[in-house]
Amino acid sequence: MEFFLQLLVNGISLGFLYALSALGFVMIFKSSSVLNFAHGELLAIGAFLFLVLSSWANLPIIVAFAFTLIGSFSLGFIIERFFLRRLIGEALIEVIMLTVGLSIMFKGLLLFIFGGDIHNYRQFLPEGLSITWGSIGIPSVYVASFIIGILFLILFGFFFKYSSQGIYMRSVADNQPAALSLGVHVRRVFALSWAIAALVCAMSGIVLGIINGVNVHELSSIGLKVFPVVILGGLDSIGGAIIGGIIIGLLETFTGGYISTSLREVIPYIVLVLILMVKPYGLFGLVEIERV
Amino acid sequence: MENNIRLLLNNISVVYSDVIQVLKGVSLTVKKGQIVSLLGSNGAGKTTTLKAISGLLKPENGKVTDGSIEYDGAPVQNSSPEEITRKGIIQVLEGRQEFKYLTIEENLRVGTATRWGKPYKKDLELVYHYFPALLSRKKNMAGYCSGGELQMLVMGRGLMAQPKLLLLDEPSLGLAPILVKEIFQIIRRVNEELGTTLMLVEQNANMALQIAHYGYVMENGKIVMESDANDLRENPDVKEFYLGTAASGALKSYKDVKSYKRRKRWL
Amino acid sequence: MRKLQFHPCGNFRQTYREEITIFETDFGRMWVLIGIVLLFAVIPFISSAYMVYILNTIGIYAIAAIGLNLLIGYTGQISLGHGAFFGVGAYAGAVLATKTGLPFVLAVPAAGLVTAAVGMVFGVPSARLKHLYLCIATLAGQFILEYVFVQWEGLTGGAEGISVIGTTLFGIDLGNDRVFYFVIFGCLVVMTWIAVNLIRTRFGRAFIAIRDNDRAAEGMGIPIFRYKLLSFAISSFYAGFAGALYAFYMISITPEPFNLWLSIEFIAMIIIGGLGSIPGSVLGAVFIVSLNEILSNITQYLMNVGTSSGVAITIAPLREFVFGLVIILFILFEPKGLAEVWRIVRSNFRLWPFSY
Repeated sequence: MEFFLQLLVNGISLGFLYALSALGFVMIFKSSSVLNFAHGELLAIGAFLFLVLSSWANLPIIVAFAFTLIGSFSLGFIIERFFLRRLIGEALIEVIMLTVGLSIMFKGLLLFIFGGDIHNYRQFLPEGLSITWGSIGIPSVYVASFIIGILFLILFGFFFKYSSQGIYMRSVADNQPAALSLGVHVRRVFALSWAIAALVCAMSGIVLGIINGVNVHELSSIGLKVFPVVILGGLDSIGGAIIGGIIIGLLETFTGGYISTSLREVIPYIVLVLILMVKPYGLFGLVEIERV
Repeated sequence: MENNIRLLLNNISVVYSDVIQVLKGVSLTVKKGQIVSLLGSNGAGKTTTLKAISGLLKPENGKVTDGSIEYDGAPVQNSSPEEITRKGIIQVLEGRQEFKYLTIEENLRVGTATRWGKPYKKDLELVYHYFPALLSRKKNMAGYCSGGELQMLVMGRGLMAQPKLLLLDEPSLGLAPILVKEIFQIIRRVNEELGTTLMLVEQNANMALQIAHYGYVMENGKIVMESDANDLRENPDVKEFYLGTAASGALKSYKDVKSYKRRKRWL
Repeated sequence: MRKLQFHPCGNFRQTYREEITIFETDFGRMWVLIGIVLLFAVIPFISSAYMVYILNTIGIYAIAAIGLNLLIGYTGQISLGHGAFFGVGAYAGAVLATKTGLPFVLAVPAAGLVTAAVGMVFGVPSARLKHLYLCIATLAGQFILEYVFVQWEGLTGGAEGISVIGTTLFGIDLGNDRVFYFVIFGCLVVMTWIAVNLIRTRFGRAFIAIRDNDRAAEGMGIPIFRYKLLSFAISSFYAGFAGALYAFYMISITPEPFNLWLSIEFIAMIIIGGLGSIPGSVLGAVFIVSLNEILSNITQYLMNVGTSSGVAITIAPLREFVFGLVIILFILFEPKGLAEVWRIVRSNFRLWPFSY
């Protein structure tokens, strides 16, 4: 029973991490319908930027954090400006391959600079955040990720549902020519959403880095793990991403705990295929409205 | 006299992808507070004319290569749609380009993009006043609305931007005659009550000429005829080709129509 | 004798038959013949052993790329699982040859059929899924198949893999690269011919209709699900066929090569070659394989140079960097691919000096 509870807690914590790393992905998808295969690399870039600033340059944590966010924000902006903007209106497969190309490129660059080793941040989270129930413990990083996750969920929910800029973003994702005809600054919307997404990615990357250490391979493979998470939740729903993340997290820890560790890596994908067969737009995704 | 002119197209040519010339020297004038309608068959270049004005040629790889477009006395040709819409020209696209996944009200709110951050509640009320059908469905997703509601929606969305010049591209497309009549009445009311200048591209020449003050007829990228709407309605050629009633009122045989066609080319 | 026809300067086609001809002119037919003669009678005899190895790799990948182009470029169904399908073909070929003793001639097409069946299973989601969701479903297929390769040890030999030794075709030993060259390129020519002709049939037209608008295609009376499945089956058949050739050519196979990276390389091939172009797929395979070889040669060279200075180890990731950059540059600056470049070059010659 204790084993079960520990797995449950581990699964939910892991799920929150997945959900947190999926937020940036959903953000980009929601505004520009781009499936970002370079997501894992964006996480990694954020994590490494923070590593360089905090541990190597020895800046105070808050300053390093602020600079990391600014840096990632600009990076997202640059990616949109120089790569994706040229592909506005092109076929899906080309946009996908562009992000694949970006992911390969960034990964190569990161490996070139930092190598394949695991790096560690210095300790800075207060220990007081951790929770213990009898024998089951939740480390403070997980608690922090939980808080950040909930905060973002609420923030983004309000942003997309009620703020004008959020509605403009959704309108661009929905029907670009129409948005353009109404004077929505489409390019600004894209740039902004990439920039915000990169910022969120950096934040998730840092949290992941605190837990597992900063490693190029590890972080970029999380970029692929994001797919089952967001598909389960429905590609454009942030609340769905959180639930999808928890489902995947639980699946992984329970499969790993009770069945076999090798199955653990594929089980999300198997479940994903099964769910897509039953609910083609994920559990909480928008049903595509099609008119011929 | 001079400042009475809202929009002036001076001999413009439009070329797509550097090879396909669509407009060959189009000139037209839209006076403040008027409804000007632009008639013509498919492929005559009406939509292109509107897109040249609203700046939407750019994303389609089109360009105004010659001539000038003056809006309130300032040149606007080849500006980006963001700039043009902010000056008060809003185009309502052909074929009801609604935002499917947004509710009706959110759709309308997108119309405020040109003046982001300013209050919009009054405009919403105004739009619901003109299009009461939208009010009852304001929380519905636009993708599930009927064609008539959508046409009202996209026109209302255009009004949300408080345009000085509203370009309407085929508002009657695919609507039942009774809805067409309703829509055109609303267009006239908007023009009379809000003083919005309107430019109307239509296949339904009959309806368009009933509410318009002035009309242009386009063919093969050129303006072939222009006149007061009343005069156009009486013109035998327009009657024959666009209103579908022959001068005598009787149906003509196909052979005669063909001979007219030949004559029309020389216009 | 008929007069040799040259390319007309405009579209003068008057019948549907003319519209779907492969060669508009006898000139084009002649060039293809010259190409085939060069391919079989000249190139294998003047190339070095290393060149033959590269050409063989190109030939195998080209077959798979043609198949993938039928699926993505013509039917519009994105598959991120073709690397795994290629692997299914390789394993099927190897298992059939080692466990059941099927001869090479039968084992390769049989492996293609097995893969077609697997491809159809993973094509089933296409009944309800479109675009991104299908793309992700095939990505999931990729990971599931990779898992099967490693875990089904009884059949695939797990991480150790399988080795196929002593393949013969009609009594000829295929252990020699140069001999295998003829097998591979013979298959490539036949498979290309089939693909080009398939596009001209009602099936091909149905595929294109589904790509352009599947709802409208359905309205026109095309049973879209059946055709999508068919497209998956044909495409995986090509992948499996190529995979089986790969298994016999490489002699021993392990699960590693058939990963997501291979799927991405296949898509890169058809994008760089040109979506919806059969010759483009071949060009794309040539480009990607050559690029890979050139990059690995350069890194190897730099490693040898820099062994003493210690920079050597860190240079290897730059290979990935360049590869990614090339894909990006192609998509940004020549999105229609090499096939389009070739067409522009050709029409420049044809229409010179009046460009339109």
